[in-house]
Formats: sequence, C-alpha cells, structure tokens
Amino acid sequence: MSEQNLQSQTVQTTGHAWDGDLQEFNNPLPTWWVYTFYVTIVFSVVYWFIYPSWPIGKGFLTGFSEITYVNKAGETVTSHWNTRALLAKKLNEQTELQKPYFSKVAASDFGQIAKDPELSGFVLSAGKVLFDDNCAPCHQQGGQGKPGFYPNLADDDWLYGGSYDKIHQTLVNGRRGYMPAFGEVLPAGDIDALANYVASLSGIGHDAGKAASGRALFVSQSAACYACHGENAKGRQETGAPNLTDGIWLWANVPGAQKPEDKIAAIRATIAAGLNKGVMPAWGGRLTPEQIKVLTVYVHELGGGT
Amino acid sequence: MRINFFKHEWIETNIGLMLVLTMLAISVGGLVEIAPLFFIKKTVENVEGINVRPYTPLELRGRDIYVREGCYTCHSQMIRPFVDEKLRYGHYSLAAESQYDHPFQWGSKRTGPDLARVGGKYSNEWHVDHLIAPRSMVRQSVMPNYPWLMQLLDQSDIAGRMKALRAVGVPYSLTEAEREANVKKFGEQVAAQLHIADARKNLVDQANLGNYDSKPGVSEMDALVAYLQVLGTMVDFNKLDEDELVRAR
Repeated sequence: MSEQNLQSQTVQTTGHAWDGDLQEFNNPLPTWWVYTFYVTIVFSVVYWFIYPSWPIGKGFLTGFSEITYVNKAGETVTSHWNTRALLAKKLNEQTELQKPYFSKVAASDFGQIAKDPELSGFVLSAGKVLFDDNCAPCHQQGGQGKPGFYPNLADDDWLYGGSYDKIHQTLVNGRRGYMPAFGEVLPAGDIDALANYVASLSGIGHDAGKAASGRALFVSQSAACYACHGENAKGRQETGAPNLTDGIWLWANVPGAQKPEDKIAAIRATIAAGLNKGVMPAWGGRLTPEQIKVLTVYVHELGGGT
Repeated sequence: MRINFFKHEWIETNIGLMLVLTMLAISVGGLVEIAPLFFIKKTVENVEGINVRPYTPLELRGRDIYVREGCYTCHSQMIRPFVDEKLRYGHYSLAAESQYDHPFQWGSKRTGPDLARVGGKYSNEWHVDHLIAPRSMVRQSVMPNYPWLMQLLDQSDIAGRMKALRAVGVPYSLTEAEREANVKKFGEQVAAQLHIADARKNLVDQANLGNYDSKPGVSEMDALVAYLQVLGTMVDFNKLDEDELVRAR
C-alpha cells in the first residue's frame, strides 16, 4: 500500500496505546454484516407472530399459524402450529399414501395376499423393513435364527406351527418356552436312558439297551415326555414342544459336539436342567394389526408351511 | 455509516463491567429458553390417563448402572415427533415420562438406537446375552461388551439413593403420610415399592421374582434389564387423548 493511501484512510483506533506505539484499530463492522444482523432481528419478530414463542405467565404465545389434522376418532382438529400437530398431519399423509396397500392387506386373507403379485410384492418389501427393525435382533437377518438362542424361521421346522394362523398368533401374543428340569425328579440313570432314546431318534450312535428303557420311560407316567413331545416324539405344536426326530436342534448343542457320547451328554444336560427360556415378546400392543399381518406373510414366506 | 451508541473501550478498560455484561449475555439463553418451562403449566403434560410412576428400587439401581456405564453417550431416550422416528421407535416421548428422572436420560447422540421404548421389545435373555456380548446377537453391532454386569449388585445404599431423589422431588416415601399420599396417587402396589423403609426387601423380591438374568442372586444385570424392560411402558397411548398432547405444545 502506498504512503498516500494510508494517509487518506481515516482509521480510528481504540485510543489506547501499549508499549508506547501499539494501537488497536477500531474499524466499524462491515455494512453487509450489520444489515444481515438487522434482518435476523426483523425475522425473529415475524417468527413470534407465526410460531409458539414467548412465555407468558403459566402459558405461552401460540402464534397465528395453524395446523389442521384428522385425529384417531376421525374428527378434524385445528391446533396452533407445533411439531406434534405437524406429526399428526404428516402421519395422516403417510397413511393416505400407503392406504391402497394396507386396506387391501386388511381386507384380504393370508392366502389371497400371497397370490396377488402386486400385494405380495408390497408385503414382502414392507415385511423386510419391519422384520429387520423388530425381529432380526433375535432371529437374525433372513430369519436364520441362532442355535441355542432363537429358532430358525427359514427352515420347515416350527415349534408352535408354521401356518399363517399360527404365525399370526405367535406374533400377537408372544410365546414362552418351558420344559421342567427332570434332573430334580428322575434319577441320573433314567435321564441317561432318555438321552440315549432321544439320540436314537435322529440316528446318533447310542446304547440300544438304554434307548429301549428310555423309550419305555418316554411314554410312562413317571417321566411323561410324551405329554408334550407326543407319543412318537414328533413334537406337539400346542405346547411348543419340538419334534425330536428331525435332527434339528435349538437348545441342546448336539451339532456342536463331535463324538456321539458328547452329543448324548448335551441332550442329557437339557433334560436334566429343563428350559425356562425361549421368550418371544408379544407384538400385539406394539405393532398395528396391519403390520402384524404383513409380518405374518413375510415370515411365512421365509419357511412357513400349511 | 457509523453507529456509536457506546464505546466498547468502556467495557474493555473496566474488567468489572465486562464480567457483569458477559454474565448477562450468556444467561440470556437459559433465562429465555429454560426458566419459563418451570412456570408453564403444560410443560409436563400430565393429561388424563398418564400416571407415570417413579422407578422401583431394582429399576432405580438399573438406571444408576445405565448412567455409570455411560449408556447415554451412545443411546438417546427421546423419540422426537418426526415421522421416521415414530415409525421406527414408536410414539414420541412425553415430558411426563421423564418427570421422575434426575438427571433425565434424553441424551444427544445416537451411535446405537434410541431406547425410550425398548421395554418389552426383546426378551430378558436377549438383553442378558446382548449386554455380555452384543455381537453374538447383532453381528454388525459396535457396542462394547459388558460382561462384568453379571457381578453381584451392591444393595447396601439403595435407601440413600432413594432419599437423594426424594430430596429433588421424586415421591419416594419416608413417612406414613407420604406413603398414604402415594397410595392415593399410584395405588397400593406401587406405593409399597416407593416406600424407602422397605427398599431393600422390595429390590431383592423383584429381582428374585423376575430373575432377569436366569441366575441365582441379585446381579447388576438383574437391575439393568429390569430398568430396560420398563422403559417407555408406563403410558398406555391407546387410552390417551392425543389432542390433549398436541394442545400441550
């Protein structure tokens, strides 16, 4: 900058000097900045009139802006602008968009949904979102389940039934697995016999003699395994007792054991300790009837039967 | 154009004045945005049908563990009134639902999902397994393992914890008169849980009855899972007049 330029600027300083010659400029704020600041003040005044703003005593100014929405009872409600009213309105718009599909879902029975290509397309994509949000934490992605924890939904083995109605029932009311701890009521020899019998059902190497006495115990009144698992150990879906003959294991870690005696030990441990787990939460209060219907069809699609 | 209402030299050369003005400037936010909420009647929208209760002793210990482990740094407990949040997490949170939380656990960051309505969503077993080893349940999870939660719970100071909350307005009862007021407000069963003299017994009873961790003894896991399972379950939104909630804002 030339000498002349410096002199032509009438620069104000704050007036004080440190160390003799150290001064501080006192430049005005840029004009654009000052005006923008004024505009924000004007904006805030406009805002007070439109939206809820100033507190007054025990209430507050609600502003002149209004939102009209239709409430659950079907009445039209007008409220001052607020995010809750806005949400009610937006949810209505969402519902309106999905209505053609959801009302069709509500009106169709499960079989019809599966047959209608457009509707089943909607149900499968909506079902996947719902499944990932709500079911996948336990049943894992794609419903593959978790041995020892949560049943596989993609195979054809169903504890409580794989029909549309049964899946629907499970979703709405939830389930709770239970098996008494037979270690408390039967001698160790009996439990060993029962374990050998159960092993024999799925072709695991076992002691034939023990298995025969196990079979007798299975259908006897003292152990009464048949009451839940059925006469032929094929399971009873009314009680959620699994089929013991299909080689699918949820609780006893049979596939994880290498040697037959270890497999039998795993079965023995489950019989002795019983089960008081396998809790499926009830979704009836958490999801809407239509969402549950969508999930029913989705889960049935994974591995449901008749 | 030059505006010269005052010279900032006055402030810069007078440290006392600067201190006072700085404090005034930074207190404006709080005075304008926070203080009025204590006077506005509808801030805590206790409309008909809402009867949120304070935590039971066991749930309270669970909440304290939640705070101790810093769960709030990754999990919020505040469902905002937006469509996407409503679809994923459920009904928006009400101020009434955290009226007995001191401090509230709204949080401000979601590395993990919001937990305001996690109660009842998963089984107790799931919570136990998931807290011990999150990736055993959710493969893509980045949550740390909390295996030490299986240690026994220190129950000795439960009465003190309840007294501290009572001092800031949570209706835990010390006297018979307070207990009766609670009976009127919450019913016999809840009032019994809120009585400080019975705190320890109530805590052990709930832990044994619920047996949240499927193991004998009262562990920290029992307390934490009991707390998680009650989150967001105290208000039955089917019985509420939603329009009342809208009018409260």
